[in-house]
Amino acid sequence: MSRNLSRRQFVSTAGALSALFALGACTTGGGRPGPSDPAAARLSGSVVAVGSTALQPLVEAAAEQFMADNPGVQITVQGGGSGQGITQIHEGSVQIGNSDVFAESKLDNKEDAKRLTDNKVAVVGMGPVVNSSVDVDDLTLDQLKGIFTGSITNWGQVGGADADIVVINRASGSGTRATFEGAVLKGAKVPDTFTPQEQDSSGTVAKMVTETPGAISYLAFSYFANDLKALKVDGVEPAPENVETNDWTIWAYEHMYTSSAPDEATQAFIDYMLSDAVQGSLVEQTGYIPVSGMRVAVDAEGNVTKA
Amino acid sequence: MALSTTSKRRLERRGQFISGLAVLLVVVLVCTLIFMVCSRGIATFTRDGVPLGSFLTGRTWNPHQSNELGQPTVGALPMVLGSFGVTLLSCAFSLPFALGASIFVVEVAPTFGRKFFRPLVELLTGIPSVVFGVIGLTMVVPWTRSWAGGTGYGILSSSIVLALMIFPTMMSLTADALSAVPDSYRDGSYGLGCTRWQTVCHVVLPTALPGILTATIMGMARAFGEALAVQMVIGNAAQMPSSLLTPASTLTSIITTSMGNEAMGTVYNDVLWSLALILLIMSMAFILLVHLVGRKGSSND
Repeated sequence: MSRNLSRRQFVSTAGALSALFALGACTTGGGRPGPSDPAAARLSGSVVAVGSTALQPLVEAAAEQFMADNPGVQITVQGGGSGQGITQIHEGSVQIGNSDVFAESKLDNKEDAKRLTDNKVAVVGMGPVVNSSVDVDDLTLDQLKGIFTGSITNWGQVGGADADIVVINRASGSGTRATFEGAVLKGAKVPDTFTPQEQDSSGTVAKMVTETPGAISYLAFSYFANDLKALKVDGVEPAPENVETNDWTIWAYEHMYTSSAPDEATQAFIDYMLSDAVQGSLVEQTGYIPVSGMRVAVDAEGNVTKA
Repeated sequence: MALSTTSKRRLERRGQFISGLAVLLVVVLVCTLIFMVCSRGIATFTRDGVPLGSFLTGRTWNPHQSNELGQPTVGALPMVLGSFGVTLLSCAFSLPFALGASIFVVEVAPTFGRKFFRPLVELLTGIPSVVFGVIGLTMVVPWTRSWAGGTGYGILSSSIVLALMIFPTMMSLTADALSAVPDSYRDGSYGLGCTRWQTVCHVVLPTALPGILTATIMGMARAFGEALAVQMVIGNAAQMPSSLLTPASTLTSIITTSMGNEAMGTVYNDVLWSLALILLIMSMAFILLVHLVGRKGSSND
């Protein structure tokens, strides 16, 4: 991560401060420099982070710690979805846009994504989950692909008891779905005639899979619970250590996009997100995998390289 | 305190200014909202080149993909039908209960109704819709599945949940309509030797009919616009509803599931605003209907 300390950065800090006055009503009391601590007093400003609901808990927890150390900075974390995050950082109306997917996949004009700085703050592993009544433990990638394109419709076809498969998908623009389809369907087209149910929140999906016999969906590792059954894929367990080696291929980065010249407070917060204070503890506590442990890297086009 | 005429007039003018400002604010707010939904909703047809006809009658919803003409496949018919399906069915479920309960609290036990039952029902309106959604998910869906088979998600389950949600609106308004029938009508009916049942059937209900219709339409408007609870139990499958028991979708359920995920200015986002435009036009139609019914009712008197 390169930090370019330049005049532009100074200007944008000034801009953020004036924006603070404009936002005065919503961020009452924020932005006042810390009175006693000289180190903290240097940093001030207001940072608004909007976007991915999957990333929200981690950013909120980190922001709380960061604000305790830097009383001059006011960080507001909002949800709204990855699309919102990318839109708003692209329009310049917020300082940080949180997203589960690469900005390239959300913006119609791919060049727009190049004007943003991509900060990968964590890795999230995802895996297929089924209702506890399903007596299948392991699926191959091909079988998963068959289920999620509608060609396999009965658990009997994949070695289980004779029962209908109820597919519960995520909303078509959701980051979780994009990650899952990227890793499992690998570009295969879903026929128009196959229209499974869709839900937009992980919590609801977990509840529906728990309640519906024969149901299958996919969730981030952090949503795995006792009343759900997480499946192995090609014999590989859905576990963080398998994600780090890319043996488990269904995973994605969590991105915090900033403009190419973020203000001082924003940059400090991003640096804090990538520091050991967050990576070593908070990231794992909230169910993510630290970026630092990854032994592979993936770019926006999906090319995997050894890190 | 005595005020001179000029200061009284000034006070009057100041009051007028403040209340006028409040009205102006609301008017501006509503107008800008309508303008925003319209301008974004129309972009689908003007900028993205989707023909209006194929949007309203198309049966396939997959805005991320294009058809053979290079236009995105954005048929809204499954959602429109889904919305009308749950609206009509939930009203059909709720109306008999609303009618029966309001007859009871107005005609049979007015004190019990005023002091206990109506406040109880009005409490229902304060319950957040996510609670209804969870009740639907954990009780209605498994119950439907237990006797009808399938997954349990679909128009039937969401209509049952919605019927519960619109019951307070429909019951309160129906009860108001029944109470508005003058007592002289009832006295006249009793004077002719009618029983209570005959009075209700032949005098009270026909007189209150416009009010009952208004209550029904208000209930329908609420059902049409409800998003969260429906989204949790209908299954959100953007396919033509083939039965009451297969997963379907409504305009609101598709908007809430997708809006946060799609960046502004993309085709998908535009189409979602077009769905919102349909919703807006429908709720305008409901309001218009209420006014028409109300006018007809008053001219009858």
